Amino acid sequence: MTTALPAARRGGVRAAEKSTDRAARPGVLWVVPAALFFMVFAGLPLLLVAVLSFTSWNGLGTPRFNGLDNWSRLLSDSSVWQSLRISAILTVLCWAVQTPLALLLGVWAAGRQRNRAVLSSIFFLPLLMSTAAIAITWLTLLDPNFGLAAKWGHYIGFPDGNIIGSPRGALGCVVVVVAWQFVPFHTLLYQAATRQIPQSLYDAATVDGAGRVRQFRHITLPQLRNTIVTSSVLMLVGSLTYFETVLILTGGGPGSATNILPQHMYMTAFRDYQMGYASVIALALVALGTALSLLIVRFSGFAKMRSTLEGI
Amino acid sequence: MADVRLRGAHRAVRGRRLTERPNWGAGVAAVVWLAFVIIPIYLMVKDALQTTDSYLDGGPLSLPRHVTGHNFVDVFDRGFTRYLINTAIVTVASAALTVLLAFPAAYAIVRSRSRAVSGIFRLFLAGLAIPAQATIIPVYLLITRMHLYDSLTAIVLPTVAFGLPLSILVLASALRDVPRELYEAMTLEGGGSVRLMWSLALPLSRASLTTVSVYCALNAWNGFLFPLILTQSDEQRVQTLGLYNFQGQFSSNIPGLMAAVLLSAFPIFVVYLFARRWLVAGMAGVGGK
Repeated sequence: MTTALPAARRGGVRAAEKSTDRAARPGVLWVVPAALFFMVFAGLPLLLVAVLSFTSWNGLGTPRFNGLDNWSRLLSDSSVWQSLRISAILTVLCWAVQTPLALLLGVWAAGRQRNRAVLSSIFFLPLLMSTAAIAITWLTLLDPNFGLAAKWGHYIGFPDGNIIGSPRGALGCVVVVVAWQFVPFHTLLYQAATRQIPQSLYDAATVDGAGRVRQFRHITLPQLRNTIVTSSVLMLVGSLTYFETVLILTGGGPGSATNILPQHMYMTAFRDYQMGYASVIALALVALGTALSLLIVRFSGFAKMRSTLEGI
Repeated sequence: MADVRLRGAHRAVRGRRLTERPNWGAGVAAVVWLAFVIIPIYLMVKDALQTTDSYLDGGPLSLPRHVTGHNFVDVFDRGFTRYLINTAIVTVASAALTVLLAFPAAYAIVRSRSRAVSGIFRLFLAGLAIPAQATIIPVYLLITRMHLYDSLTAIVLPTVAFGLPLSILVLASALRDVPRELYEAMTLEGGGSVRLMWSLALPLSRASLTTVSVYCALNAWNGFLFPLILTQSDEQRVQTLGLYNFQGQFSSNIPGLMAAVLLSAFPIFVVYLFARRWLVAGMAGVGGK
């Protein structure tokens, strides 16, 4: 009886709903065009990359199956593992540089003073430029003969100005350029999230005599927890897009100092025309990206991410 | 540190609201960041406006001495107009096609009771995680097999496909806010699904439609990866690839190169001036991917 009653009531509600809601409902046909398009040009490639990883293909003609050749080659290819290491270092460095900067700037920009609005609109200028335009502008700044690097290089330990020509310097350049390009976006995330923190929390803390630093530590930071996770995941997944910056800025060099995994894959595929082997590296990229995101989701209570994103 | 905290306590006693107090730490960081952002942009504009000789002579941050428009003429002479037109075609086509496909899909996802539709929605959500970089080899294979290699269409197709998941997500969450009663009221006036979408859902989600269009257009205008692997000839070149090519050719002509960079970003700077709100909303979408 106890279970029958709510069931009956639920049925009743549904019936009532049906009687008032006669609005037309669109069918599956409405999503088919978008779904087909997406499957052909994004879903299918993901499957194809797995298939291609078992083939040998030079970019022309037909891919030929060669079993596990590419995979066994991967295991003994030290250049891939080297690239993986550089990717990891670059990703961590970029994260460590961008997160505190974006957090600090975002909290600052969340204030509603007029001068902040003007300054913020300048902050976001890099967001408008293409990666190509940004990388090329920086490349001219870093030119060891004529650029800013030639004049200011000696202040940061490069008396000859050739920052981009030294292994460590080149890696640093990529981090700086990536930060220049992407910190504004993450600032935007933190700004939006900070504005949603209830003022009453700060008022209560003020009454209790907490200063700015303590308020930042005990109110702002915990309240921004979800945003920090969101922004970090986006940075991790986004580290694949550093490829464009690396390709233009350093081409993976000097030597292989900035040869990150996507760069390695691109060169293997479109310079050496070993598309099959490059597909193995591509699959590794997919697996790595997915695994990292899942790990973060698992260990940080990512379920609330959507509500944080909706605040933008 | 202690000083900051003391001052904080002092102010608190006076009962001022915290967010209205100047925050010196963050303020200093903001000014430093401002300089960091402005210096490359200033140099870009300055270099584009001066002759090669004065570029080589002048100090890095000095004001331009011989202002000239010659670099822009030079860039146009080398075919940059063609690249800008190609990019504009790709941009308009990509944004239009994305919205055309995404809006009916988002509408159905919100309104339909079909299981298949919610299944497809989950597919799009999963699609958010597909990195474009990892699929360039099969996309190249597909495009060459479709005999589309080295055409603007080749750029548009994958650009749209990878823009769809986020566009649908944004549009669907906007459409959820349209009250059910409105649909019912309009049904009483005798409207089918098409009319409900056209004269109810569409006008009520105009803001999100603009955001999505801006996001797609910005992505297409600044796109580099797909043009890089899917086009080759000068006739089909878009501006980002044009810049990449110039960078090889212009190694000694930095002012010319910077003029090209400035031209490539100019249309977006103009949009930013007049429609900042939409652009910022659209950009929030860009990184959301």
